[in-house]
Amino acid sequence: MLKIPVSHSSRVPAVSTAALPDIVFMLLFFFMTVTTVKEQSLKIENTLPVATEIKKLERRDLVIDIHVGAPLSPYAETFGNEPQIQLNGKFARVSDVGPYILEKRASVPEHLRALITISLKVDQKARMGLVQDIKEVLREVHALKVNYTTYSAERPQSTP
Amino acid sequence: MADIAFLLLIFFLVTTTIETDAGLDRMLPPIEPPDQDVVIKQKNIFTVNINKNGQLLVEEELMDLKNLRQAAKDFLDNGGDGTCNYCKGRNDDSSSDNPTKAIISLKNDRETKYATYITVQNELVGAYNDLRNREAQRLYGRDFTEMEAEYLNPETATEIRDDLKDKVKRIQDLFPQKLSEAETSTN
Repeated sequence: MLKIPVSHSSRVPAVSTAALPDIVFMLLFFFMTVTTVKEQSLKIENTLPVATEIKKLERRDLVIDIHVGAPLSPYAETFGNEPQIQLNGKFARVSDVGPYILEKRASVPEHLRALITISLKVDQKARMGLVQDIKEVLREVHALKVNYTTYSAERPQSTP
Repeated sequence: MADIAFLLLIFFLVTTTIETDAGLDRMLPPIEPPDQDVVIKQKNIFTVNINKNGQLLVEEELMDLKNLRQAAKDFLDNGGDGTCNYCKGRNDDSSSDNPTKAIISLKNDRETKYATYITVQNELVGAYNDLRNREAQRLYGRDFTEMEAEYLNPETATEIRDDLKDKVKRIQDLFPQKLSEAETSTN
């Protein structure tokens, strides 16, 4: 039988921590690269509805977000409690949506413009009337690819 | 050194949000009216109406949300004129002729809650997905939704995507998604 030589010295050498900074730096660089700084802070309530038959939105750079929801309490005084549209961090009217989409679309290379998706992030308490108005505007500017962004049913508690 | 790196690491850990958005994809109808009027038989249209209280009126009858998916599937899968050889429906003469002709028309009130609207949309897309999954299982032995997700994923290898493209297209043609979002009723 093979005998494993057992060292009889009672002191086990301490684990070397010389490589620790390397590992930490590696993790640091990983998180630095995957981090996306939030483009805008939401001034509205934005609890999305839940759905199961969803598709992932690929290509973040070809997605234009439109947020809809009731203004949060610091803004409720000025903008009321009815759901409002938020574009690029600012409150907007329905008539502002068209120019905003056109402006965003102009910054995308021409051969990719057909692939632009409008992500409608609408609060679940909003009414369809406002959404319908936005849809009409989107049709007018010929931005027909929309995505009703929702939470997936498996994890309804997640935040955007 | 390591301390500073740790500090930065913790900062990025806390601020990181890995965004993956997902939702229901839809195409809006173009604003230009079609060149010629298309005549569609009433029996090929499946009307779903949502009122402001979130109640459903499906084919002129009040319906519970949990029955909607099955009703939509029955309608799409009906195959009334016998030209659909993969349909497993009842061949009811008063329901849709063929899945390629069947249209689901969804109408809502301006006061309808967005959450209700999405739930109904979800059920209708689910009906299409269920039927497409059934056909994909029969033809290729795997789910359509899984194939489509792999096809749409940009990380999938090109040769696999080319192979999937034809399969996905074929299944989509068997049950084309014709979901009309008619203009909202004003009252």
